[in-house]
Amino acid sequence: MSFIHGITHLQLDILKEIGNIGAGNAATALSRLLNKKVDMKVPDVRTVSFDEMMEMAGGSETVVAIVFFRIEGEAPGSMFFLLPLKQASSFISQLTGEETSCEEQPVYSELASSALKELGNILAGSYLTALSDFTNLNIYPSIPYMAIDMAGAVISQGLIEISHAADYAIVINTALKEENGNDMNHINGQFYLIPDPDSFEIIFQSLGAIENGS
Amino acid sequence: MAVELSHIVKVGIADMDIVESPGSIRTSGLGSCVGVVIYDPNKEIAGLAHVMLPDSSLSKGKTINLAKYADTAVPGLLNLLLEAGAYPGFLKAKIAGGAQMFQFSSGNELLRIGPRNVQAVKQQLERLKIPIMSEDTGGNSGRTIEFNPKLGIMNIRTVNKGVTDI
Repeated sequence: MSFIHGITHLQLDILKEIGNIGAGNAATALSRLLNKKVDMKVPDVRTVSFDEMMEMAGGSETVVAIVFFRIEGEAPGSMFFLLPLKQASSFISQLTGEETSCEEQPVYSELASSALKELGNILAGSYLTALSDFTNLNIYPSIPYMAIDMAGAVISQGLIEISHAADYAIVINTALKEENGNDMNHINGQFYLIPDPDSFEIIFQSLGAIENGS
Repeated sequence: MAVELSHIVKVGIADMDIVESPGSIRTSGLGSCVGVVIYDPNKEIAGLAHVMLPDSSLSKGKTINLAKYADTAVPGLLNLLLEAGAYPGFLKAKIAGGAQMFQFSSGNELLRIGPRNVQAVKQQLERLKIPIMSEDTGGNSGRTIEFNPKLGIMNIRTVNKGVTDI
């Protein structure tokens, strides 16, 4: 895929804007759900090797709660929502009143794990709706898949589609966090949006950011 | 002397390397990927590949990273070992990984990649006549593996099922 080598500044800015709009919408949704103010950080767009991707997630062996979606429709890709375990447990107790242990292998009840999936669903849905409106492309999330396991083991599954074409991925990373929430019990989740290699051209074309004949 | 201490060679995703005794070789966070170890118990040399995909003919890229695909990683690993002085007749293999990290109902090929990786690695080992001494494959847990060529033992750590040696 020579295309993702030759990315321009304008295109990079577009990808950042996608992170901005998507995560901004997701932050609003989360804020309504929790009835608290939620902040988002400035999106970070990076081309990373698969190993660097695991480092971004806190290391290949770090145990995290991950909700994974395939993005389907005109510009397919993968999307992850990552929560450190402590914060996943804290979210569950805020939403369901259920206390879960936050040891390395928490056992979530069915209610708790469906609450976590629903969180992922709401956030991914609002992220992708914003992205779809912005690009005028028809895109939608698959059903959510959830796993609590080593970050490397879970994320590598989402990199399969990209790995057919390249040894690195372009990741649009945005973090959400509760306002004033510096302690570990506040929600501090991260979105990774990883478009499939062929989707970049489609996204840029729909926004008129591609030169004809180049 | 630092060289006298046992060291750990780390292998990343879609990567491969070899180690000689008294060192050991390790890869972390195997999900649907498969960790293949080929070793010569007499010379105490082992090689490890972190295989991501079953078949290099599916590659859309111009250059192929040998360690990424089962059909290129297993022969590639064999070459590395032979260059390092391993004896072909003594080689044995142990494999781990190939999990299905997400529960799903539909037959999504993307999510079935784990079992396909295991199958492809086994086919290659059989073709090259390298016997598989033990394996810990499938399931739905991530694994971190470390192989010690002196002992010929693969140590496997999972989040949900603790630590085992195979």
